[in-house]
Amino acid sequence: MIAIGERINGMFTDVKDAIAAKDPAPIVSLAKRQAAAGAAYLDINVGTAAADQAGTIKWLVETAQAAVPTPLCLDSQKPDVIRAGLSACDTSRGVLLNSSPLNKKSDPDVLARYVEMANSAGGSLIALTMDREGVPQNIDRRVEIAAELLTRCMELGLAPDRLFIDPIILPVNVPGAQAQPTNILAAIDQIRLMSDPPPHITMGLSNLSQGTTERSLINRTFLAMAMSHGADSAIIDVLDEPLVDIVATVEMLMNKQIYSDSFLKAYRSTAGGQRPDK
Amino acid sequence: MPLPAIQESYSGRVNELTIGGGARKKTVTVGGAKTIPYGGDRAATGRRPVIAIDVLDSPPQDWPAVLADAYGGVLADPAAWAKKAVDEFGGDLVCLKFDGLHPDKGNLGADHAVAVTQKVIGAVGVPLILWGSGNDEKDNAVMPKVSQAAKGERVLLGTVTQDNYKSLTATALADQHLLIAQAPLDINIAKQVNILVSDMGFPLESLVMFQTTGTLGYGMEYAYSIQERERLAALGGDRLMALPVICDVGYESWRAKEAKASASEAPQWGDGAKRGPLWEATTAVALLQSGVDIVRMRHPAAVAIVREYINSLWGSD
Repeated sequence: MIAIGERINGMFTDVKDAIAAKDPAPIVSLAKRQAAAGAAYLDINVGTAAADQAGTIKWLVETAQAAVPTPLCLDSQKPDVIRAGLSACDTSRGVLLNSSPLNKKSDPDVLARYVEMANSAGGSLIALTMDREGVPQNIDRRVEIAAELLTRCMELGLAPDRLFIDPIILPVNVPGAQAQPTNILAAIDQIRLMSDPPPHITMGLSNLSQGTTERSLINRTFLAMAMSHGADSAIIDVLDEPLVDIVATVEMLMNKQIYSDSFLKAYRSTAGGQRPDK
Repeated sequence: MPLPAIQESYSGRVNELTIGGGARKKTVTVGGAKTIPYGGDRAATGRRPVIAIDVLDSPPQDWPAVLADAYGGVLADPAAWAKKAVDEFGGDLVCLKFDGLHPDKGNLGADHAVAVTQKVIGAVGVPLILWGSGNDEKDNAVMPKVSQAAKGERVLLGTVTQDNYKSLTATALADQHLLIAQAPLDINIAKQVNILVSDMGFPLESLVMFQTTGTLGYGMEYAYSIQERERLAALGGDRLMALPVICDVGYESWRAKEAKASASEAPQWGDGAKRGPLWEATTAVALLQSGVDIVRMRHPAAVAIVREYINSLWGSD
């Protein structure tokens, strides 16, 4: 499992406050704790509060990468913000860009911009099964967009093993969204068959449980289900120990990690080994 | 549509480890594989495998004539034996095996073990493997003294197991030696021993894995498939499995009746002088292909065959 630690995100109050006060201590602490918990990448997202997004992502990148050797996942829907993050980023340790849809009404060629940045940094890219019409609700359109993403990325020189497809999870309690988890699993099955090696499958897991009760339980359960269908990455709260225990157990049950009596501990000490740029 | 080149590659690499130091004239470095054995790129296959020739601390009781005769009169003198193993038979290392400590095989004491260790250290310039008797109680009492006697030599000390690892691990840490982690043909236990030993602060980079070896006709394919899976896990990025591997081919091969039966006992099996060495060489060559880094061997004729095989694939020394 390529676990992407979600916590350095301006949507969280502690990070938002740290950004406002330019206080590196909370960022350093989150970077260290997530790295120790086995994150393969640390997501870096400035959130919505900062006025200067480019300056803020640079500061977050510099602060996090000085604290730990873990590579970063630069997270913004704005290519210019990603570019600013990349300018400060030590890409020699690997980098993941998060994320581009197939196209946007306002920017039909957005995918090419992201691929170009990923290629010149020698990194990988998360692409969303989403286009100018928004997030598809059915299986077929998700799969169709994934195929277009894969083809377009290959045309632009990004190999499937450097592409992470995110089938987009919506909160399960949104009206009409309760069929989506099953649809996503069915879509993953088909996306994994598109190439050999297949593209990675990732997802912003915590989104699934937004606004629900039993958030952790919902996240943990769905992650196990998604992994059994071939999801090999997720943007998660790696500080949720039972969640990481579930990842370790699923990997062991799927014969991806050799069992030992200390397999939970062993998983944490070897996490990150499956990164494509390692 | 132009397609980007996709290269099959592994993310992991087997640790490199150097045996020998101090008064050793030679050191031996093993490991470093970044691909499966013979998996294409020569540079990625890592260091060439090495042969350690067994020397016993006391005269062997149960060796068949075809094996004992190959050593002439040196079997009662470990120093002369070690010298012969290196100078005449070309061993890359000497594995000094303390069978005589075992309560069933002489029950010799620490003074004997230390004296033999010192003599063998003085007799040869190659790095040493110092391997206990397999009796936990006796080894815990004696091997720390053996380790102390070899301090500074950076020897490979064996073996630690899931149920008996604390004493020897602490000793190896104190004397700055390397360790062999043993598992009973069980990949899960192998991983667990590695975790237990590294939890004591012993670096994984100084550890070698050992699965009790199966010889031709007696579980060789089982040892092969376990070691192959260990190596694939290592190359897949599991750093708890990314350790060089040692096999005990000599002892296991010469337990097989097909190896040790004389021509008069089994005339239908062909020339006894060739059969035993071939049994040992066949086992070694097969297991080398699972990614083994160090083979323990006994018969010089088998050693010669295996060395020629290694040279043909890795280039000669």
